[in-house]
Amino acid sequence: MIDAPPVAAGGFRTALRRLRRNPAAIVSAIVLLMIVFACFPGAPLWVSHACNHGPSDQNIQGTITENGHKVPVVRNDGTPIGPGLRACYLLGADSNGRDLFVRILYGGRISLEVGFISAIVCVTVALVLGILSAYAGGVTDSAISRLLDLIWSFPVYLLAVALATAFAVHGIAVGPIHVASTSLAIPIVVIAIVYVPYVARPIRGQVLSLRRMEFIEAAVASGAGPVKIMLAELLPNVASMALVFLTLIVATNILTEAALSFLGVGVPLLTPSWGNIIEQGYQTIVTAPWLTIAPGLAIMITVVSLNVLGDALRDALDPHARLRIRN
Amino acid sequence: MVRLLLGRLAGLVAVLVAISVMVFVIFNVIPGGDPALRLAGRHPTQQNIRQIRHDWGFDQPLYTQYFDMMNHLFIERDLISYQDQTPVLPAIRRGIPRTLSLAIGAALIWMIFGITIGVLSGLYQGRWLDRVLTVVALAGVSIPIFWLGAVLLYLLTYKYHSWPVFSWIPPGGYVPFTQDPAGWATHLFLPWITLAVVSIGFYARVVRNSLLDTRHQDYVRTAKAKGLSPSRVLVRHTLRTCLIPVVTLFGLDFGAVVGGTVILIEPIFGLEGVGQYAQESVAHLDLPPLMALTLYGAFFVVFFNMLADLTYLWLDPRSRTT
Repeated sequence: MIDAPPVAAGGFRTALRRLRRNPAAIVSAIVLLMIVFACFPGAPLWVSHACNHGPSDQNIQGTITENGHKVPVVRNDGTPIGPGLRACYLLGADSNGRDLFVRILYGGRISLEVGFISAIVCVTVALVLGILSAYAGGVTDSAISRLLDLIWSFPVYLLAVALATAFAVHGIAVGPIHVASTSLAIPIVVIAIVYVPYVARPIRGQVLSLRRMEFIEAAVASGAGPVKIMLAELLPNVASMALVFLTLIVATNILTEAALSFLGVGVPLLTPSWGNIIEQGYQTIVTAPWLTIAPGLAIMITVVSLNVLGDALRDALDPHARLRIRN
Repeated sequence: MVRLLLGRLAGLVAVLVAISVMVFVIFNVIPGGDPALRLAGRHPTQQNIRQIRHDWGFDQPLYTQYFDMMNHLFIERDLISYQDQTPVLPAIRRGIPRTLSLAIGAALIWMIFGITIGVLSGLYQGRWLDRVLTVVALAGVSIPIFWLGAVLLYLLTYKYHSWPVFSWIPPGGYVPFTQDPAGWATHLFLPWITLAVVSIGFYARVVRNSLLDTRHQDYVRTAKAKGLSPSRVLVRHTLRTCLIPVVTLFGLDFGAVVGGTVILIEPIFGLEGVGQYAQESVAHLDLPPLMALTLYGAFFVVFFNMLADLTYLWLDPRSRTT
């Protein structure tokens, strides 16, 4: 067998052509686009056109008309209305009379935002650390590697919990920057930090093998400085790897957000996110199971699509790579 | 080999020390986390708070407090929690059999099913089993695990509990193995399934890909050419090599489960293991148990990482030469 080249064979254009021929990738991309569309422009449109309830509007006393009958949104015994084919309360209500479908649309905004932004932060930090560590070598390399080992050894949820509680009580105040404890920046930063080693280590390995190749020698010989080599020569060569990781990390991060919110240290309670909606719905799973089941399905569909797309992207860019994220 | 082992052990200790310092620092920068206020009860006087601060040593410099805590944790072994002043170590010791019962049982299920399904789907590459597996594997890693547990618990022990197939499943809780082995197994059945489902598909995929890589290697062809039966070639030659990456992965995952994932599962099923203790301590921002639990979790993660590396060296002679 011939050894696989360490860099993407064929570049991005070939990869795109391969992706277009992969039905699973196309389906998952369409599903993702639909979810993003439903959550971002779709959520306010739904509220203004289908049913005039925002994600936090309570409606305990309200009634809706169904088949000519007046039905209470929340019955006297506290049981909310279940899912049904109607404009208002499509997926039912919670015990405060809030519209679950609207909450899931708005919650999706938060979950997708947290997942996506923290993935970008994570992959960016990992790129900087991975490239710097492998190219500089020596003391820098061992310092960065030890730091990564340390984060890696920290149990993921306990590290996230420790960081999140530390930040969440009174926010973060570093010099002039002050982040309020209810800010979304806290779960974003926490989730980003936790997964940096999973991305930085393979990138470091890749750069270590690239460093010995002739085009780097050529760049050094032509007088390029270390910064230029890292940015212009090494970065483009690990970009495909970073892109694959980005997709997979968004998926992992959405799951982590849900888990942290479930433990009560994720997204602040008053902001709906998919994790928060499950956490609150779980209290009444026996009387109103849809409040737990529906947001979980939303997470699952989104994360499956991201994982399928990430897998297809990896196969298209570099069929020999074995990249994975543990969660 | 001995030198390597000693080196790794020293690394393990160094990582644990670093983590303990990190946890301590993180918790001492929490502005609202002054434990003296919590210990003083509902209506404390300034005098009370000052007294408690002095008695518990919170007025000492941070490094003294740190060494004091490590002393109580490892040497005196009498560390107590700030929240309800109960001893930490007995609580962890009580939780360990529960957590290990959960983790080991689930690991057995996911390894047995993962490897079997993976081998079958590798042998029948491209057929329907292989395609179904790809979907199941991706779905498995995409489920929020606590959600799966909650939904299974609701469906099987409440909604469809009257169905005879499910009526034997108890609604959470734990029974020690020594007291009632059958009760132990029935109580752990759902938690095991929940934890295993997430990994079965993934392991099956790894085994499948690894099998496809190894079955065209030269030594497998040689074995076939020698006239060995296909099953002997599969078991003695192909499987032996293709399970090497699985062993490494298993080390990482088992450490991660015992050291972390249980925090999401145990509270759902009321197993009251180490994970649930961690979840409760998080809710109270209780430093002493969290310190002990984080070190305990990190120990498992690092230890099983180390074990995986060493097993890899032992299983794969090629890696020893470099």
